[in-house]
This record gives sequence, structure tokens and C-alpha cells, in this order.
Amino acid sequence: MCWSLRFCWAFLAVYGADYIMNPNNRNGLSRLFYNPTARSLFFQALILGLLLYFVMTIVGNVMTNLNQRGISTGFGFLSQPAGFGISQTLIEYNETFTFGRTFFVGLLNTLLVSFLGVIAATFLGVVVGISRISPNWLLRKISMVYVEILRNIPLLLQIFFWYYVVLQTLPRPRDSLSFGESIFINIRGVFVPKPVPDAGFSFYIALLVAAVVAVVALTIWAKRRMRDTGQQFPVFWTSIAILFGTAVIGFFITGRPIMLDYPELRGLNFRGGITILPELIALWFALTIYTSTYIGEIVRSGIESVSHGQTEACRALGLNEGHRMKLVILPQAMRVMIPPMTSQYLNLTKNSSLATAIGYPDLVSVFAGTTLNQTGQAIEIISMTMLVYLTISLLVSAFMNWFNRRVALVER
Amino acid sequence: MSEFVPKPARPAPITEIGAIGWARKNLFSSIPNTVITLLTAYVLWSVLVPFLGWAFVNADWVGSSRADCTSGGACWVFISVRFNLFMYGFYPEDSYWRPNLAFILLIGFLIWLSIPRIPFKKLGAILALTVYPVLAYVLLYGGFGLEVIPTHRWGGLMLTLVLALIGIVVAIPIGVVLALGRRSEMPVIRMVCVIFIEFWRGVPLITILFMASVMLPLFFVGGTDADKLMRALIGIVMFQSAYMAEVVRGGLQALSKGQFEGADALGLSYWQKMFLVVLPQAMKIMIPGIVNTLISLFKDTSLIVIIGLLDILGMVRQALADPAWLGYPAEGYLFVAFMFWIFCFSMSRYSIYLENKLNTGHKR
Repeated sequence: MCWSLRFCWAFLAVYGADYIMNPNNRNGLSRLFYNPTARSLFFQALILGLLLYFVMTIVGNVMTNLNQRGISTGFGFLSQPAGFGISQTLIEYNETFTFGRTFFVGLLNTLLVSFLGVIAATFLGVVVGISRISPNWLLRKISMVYVEILRNIPLLLQIFFWYYVVLQTLPRPRDSLSFGESIFINIRGVFVPKPVPDAGFSFYIALLVAAVVAVVALTIWAKRRMRDTGQQFPVFWTSIAILFGTAVIGFFITGRPIMLDYPELRGLNFRGGITILPELIALWFALTIYTSTYIGEIVRSGIESVSHGQTEACRALGLNEGHRMKLVILPQAMRVMIPPMTSQYLNLTKNSSLATAIGYPDLVSVFAGTTLNQTGQAIEIISMTMLVYLTISLLVSAFMNWFNRRVALVER
Repeated sequence: MSEFVPKPARPAPITEIGAIGWARKNLFSSIPNTVITLLTAYVLWSVLVPFLGWAFVNADWVGSSRADCTSGGACWVFISVRFNLFMYGFYPEDSYWRPNLAFILLIGFLIWLSIPRIPFKKLGAILALTVYPVLAYVLLYGGFGLEVIPTHRWGGLMLTLVLALIGIVVAIPIGVVLALGRRSEMPVIRMVCVIFIEFWRGVPLITILFMASVMLPLFFVGGTDADKLMRALIGIVMFQSAYMAEVVRGGLQALSKGQFEGADALGLSYWQKMFLVVLPQAMKIMIPGIVNTLISLFKDTSLIVIIGLLDILGMVRQALADPAWLGYPAEGYLFVAFMFWIFCFSMSRYSIYLENKLNTGHKR
């Protein structure tokens, strides 16, 4: 390849632009030809020109095609009424709201399942990762099999499996599994009581905020005291006690400010309470389990990357097992783990777009699906959808880069 | 005087050696460990026994219709009846030999290239990248006397393999160019490459496929009739080349700066430097990454179901919707899962093997 390219250059130089090589001309064009700056400027201009030409052609073609088919352009459709319902809405929504509103409903649903997925996948992934280096042979092997099986099966297939196979075995609403007559599980989803604020609710919230402030103050005080005197204070358990105590005692002092709206079986389905859709459950489970296999491997390799000398040094210093993990191994393992963890979280968020395959109303399904079908404005809608994911990706990687710089090892 | 005869050493206690010793050390070394072992064993038992009973012991393997599934276990008849559909889609039955031949040739090339002892690797690589694609195209699509079989009749595992292979083979060169561009000293080229890579890496494949199926036709002059498979392929290649570029960049970054400087000092040109010094070394570091990308691409091809192409998952889903065979989703999905798993797992093992083999001791 290099040889042929070089010959290309030679050919050009000798035959194509023969006069450049003319010794009488050395100071003029040939110097320009072999000047690195001039060359790089030429190539950049060439690339830019080609790119511009390419984009212009596409834009021109798109305009012609849109005109021919009579598809309107612009973002005017965002303020037209949508006219379709959505099965799960975190903000108020019904058929009379606009297409613009469907965008936000979908976006929030995407964020909800991504958030739930990230939390659960991290938890499960850490468990899997630690199991893989456990001293227990059986646990080690089982977690290895878990990782090797589930990592090598496409996520879409796993979503289908949870939705069409596992969740289809649940009973019908009439024979729901019920827990204390307040939580019901059936084929239509999980039904839980919905907390409704009552009189005194804002006072209760104020109490909780005060408790959080107290905990923060306590943490700062304990840190300062430890720095000055070396004495430790059980911050964690005290904080738990303060938060939990305020939540429980405050609840009764303010006169039970939260009512529960219980789900009830009326006709063929439950009414009232909060409905957790089976689509959400299937998607959440599949995302969690699939991502946990990757996170498990990251956790395992992160912990294994800390040299054994660190463990021996901890033993020599007389640290116990808990302190060894918390103070020495994990902070060092974190450095290795954070960059790949970030990309897993981003993958999970992007993978949540597979929701559209089972009809969970996420951004892709609601906006790039139903709204696109109703308006036909493919360019605008697909661009907006892509832009959302792009923004999330860039924001998260910017944040994680900043965080990574904070924990990274500062050498020299 | 009697001679000193040492007594033979007593054998180690039975609790410390053999199976018992091993179990004591690995399974019951402490109380929490014992609890974990018993708990895990119980869970394993209660999951595995019913599953094995359902999938093998009580399963029906032979038959031709739903009526043959009587034993209450898994109904693998559902799979065996439609096996050809799952493999070839709606490809005409009398032409099955064509994809078969293409597949056998592929396996042949893979063996040639992946087993170290077979010689003439360079020839193999050149043939695999030049002659084979043309041959496979003619075999699968038709022409030169073979009946033309339009791509909408392709499907099943065959389509999955076609997508994954074309995707990876086209994505590698684009990825190399993008990665070199990203490290270029010319700001415009660097910028163009960074934007291209970050754009495709930042959006989910499914939106790219949507884009390919609804937006792409608008980009061409009156070109709504662009082949559906072709459009999906363009989307997949764009997506994959951005990931490939990052793999290549990783390989380039892992090389020490001295290699670049050494090549410069010898007076090599840019392309000589890249193709004689940098890429051969970077390739070694990149191969496991490339295989991993291939694995994820292979899994991602299943997404084309969403834009209406029928790969193996799509064929099975279509079969599940058949009124004559309602009620066997578990068998269908497990079969697809098994097929994907076989391919992905063997590729990941090969990548680990390569990593060990290529580790020439430069690892720090």
C-alpha cells in the first residue's frame, strides 16, 4: 500500500507536474509542493470542500424529495394536539396535549428506566463481581456461568424472554398474587398503594429537610474533630438514626400527613394506586441483568488490578478485612473501574431504547414511533431523538471525566 | 546393633486430602462459607432440576405437528419442523446449497487464518478479502447463470451472519482511517473524525436503524427503492466503524512514542511509518478488541427485527405468531438464545486465546 502510494506521488511529481520539479523552478512551486504547512492546508481544504459538497447534495435531495411528497417541514408540529394516549406518564398527559408534550413524556420514561436500571445493575454487578473472586468454589463457578451465559445472548432477546415468557406466567387480575391486600401482582403489572399528601405535608417535608441538614452538619463536624483530635465518631449509624427517627416520629407528630390510595379490583382490572407496567418490569429486569454481567467483570478486574502487596501491607498494619476493603483496596480499584463503568451506564441508557420492541412508552417508542407515524416528519423527529441521546452521552462523559480526574492517581 | 529403620510417614488425615480435603478447603472453610455453599446448592438444585426435566427428560423431540407434543415438557418439535426457515428464511429450498457452500468456504478461510500452523497466511487473507466476498455475493444473490434471489427473501441465521460479516469487514478499514484521522495533526481532519466518531457512538443503534429506514431514502434522488437490507447495512457499518475507530485508537495509543519517533528518525513517510511500523504492532494489540466488537455487532444484528427484517430472531417471532403453534415462546426464544450463545461464546474464547498467544511479554 505504502509503496503504491509512494509511486503515486512519484508519478504525479515526475509526469503530472513535471515543471514543478524543474531545478530552475526549485524556489517557486516545488517548495510549495513539499512544504508541510502548504500540503496540510491543501488537504484540509480538500476534505472540507468534499464534505460541504456532500452535505449540500444531501440537503438538496432532501428538499426535492420532501417537496415531491408534500411533507411539511419545520417544528410547527410540536404544538399540534397529539390525539393518542400513552400508557405510562410521569407528568400530566392526555390525548389533548401536544406532540411537544409527548416528547417530554417519552424522555422522562426513558430517564426513569435508565435510572432504575443503573442503580439495580450496579448493585447486582458488584455482587456478581465479588462472587467471582469469592473463596467459595461453588459461588465462584456459578457467577462465572451467569456471566458467560447472559453476556453472550443479545439484550433484545432477553427483553423478549422476560416479557413473553416469564411475565406471561403471572395470573390474571382476578387471581392476583396479593401482599397484605395492598400490593397486587398480575399479568397487567404490579399495583402498589399511592402516597397522597394530606394536611401538614409541607411541615413534614420541612422536618425531613432539617434532618438532612443536621446530618450534613454532623458529618462536617465529625471530620473536623477527627482531623484535630484523632477521635472517630460513628457518623454513619448516627445519621441513619437521625434520618429514620425524624421520618417515623415526624410522621406521627405532624398528624400522619400522607394518605395511601390502595389499588382495588374493579371489573377486569385494578383502579387507583400506582401501576407498574409489565413492560417496565421486563425492560428493567433485562437491562439490569445484561448490564450486571459487564459491571461484574469490571468490578472483578478492578479489584484484581490492585496489587497483592497492598493486601499484605494492610495485614502488616493490622487493618481488619472491612477497613482493608473500604480504605485501601476499593479506592484504588475505583480508579480502574470508573471509566468502563461510565461507558456501561451510557450503554444501559442507550439500550433502554429497545423498549420500543415491547411497547414500553420510552422516547424512541413514543416520539420516534407513534409521533413519527402520525406526523411523517422523519427528519425533525429522528434528529431530535438522536440529539437527546447525544446530549445525555456528552453530559455524562463530561461529568465522569471530571470525576475521574478527581480520583485519578496524580503522578509526578 | 540394629539398623535404624524409619517408620513410613503417616498418610495425611483423610479430612485434609482428596475430595473431602478439597471440599473442606473450598466449600466449608468457615461458617459463612458453609452457609453460602448450602444456600447456593439449594437454589441451583431447585432451578436446575425442573429445568432439565422440562427441557430434556419430559421433552418431545420428534414429530410433525403440535399433536405430537403430549408429554408436558418442552416441545422441540416446534423448532425441528421449522428448522430450515430459521436457518435460511424464505430462501428457495432447492437453492439451499448456495448459502451452505458460501458458509463452508467461510469456515475454510477461518480455519486457514485462525490456526497458526497452516502456512500461506498472507495469500489466505488476500483471497478472503478479495475473491471470497465476490464469490459469496454471487452465490447468495445470484448472477452468472445462477438464479437471482432478491434480498427480501433472505432471512434467519444466514441473514444474521451476512450482516455481521459485512458489517465488520467494511467497518475495519473505515475505522482505521477514522482513528488515524483522529490522531492527525491537521485540525480540520481531526475535528471531522472526532465529530463523526462521537456522533455515532453517542446514539443508540436503534435510532440509527430508524434513521436508515425512514430518513435515508430522502437523501437520494428519487431513491425510495434502495434495498431495505442495504439501508440497514449502511446504518450498521456507520455505527460499527465508529466503535472500530476507538478500538484502533486504543491500539495506537498503547504503542510507545519511541516507535513513532524512531520511524520519523529513519526518514519514513507518513504512510510508510503507519503501514510498516505502527499498524503491524498496533494490530496485535487490537485483535482482541476487534473480536469483542464483532461479538457485540453479532448480538446487535438482532435489532433489525425492529425495522422489519427477519433474522433468526425475527423468523422465530413470526413462527410464534402462527395460530397453529401458539404457546411455545419459551422453546422458540431458548433456541435463538442458544444459537447466539454458541457463536458469541466461541468468539470470546478465541479472543482470550489470541490475547494469551499474542502476549509477547511487552505487557506492563
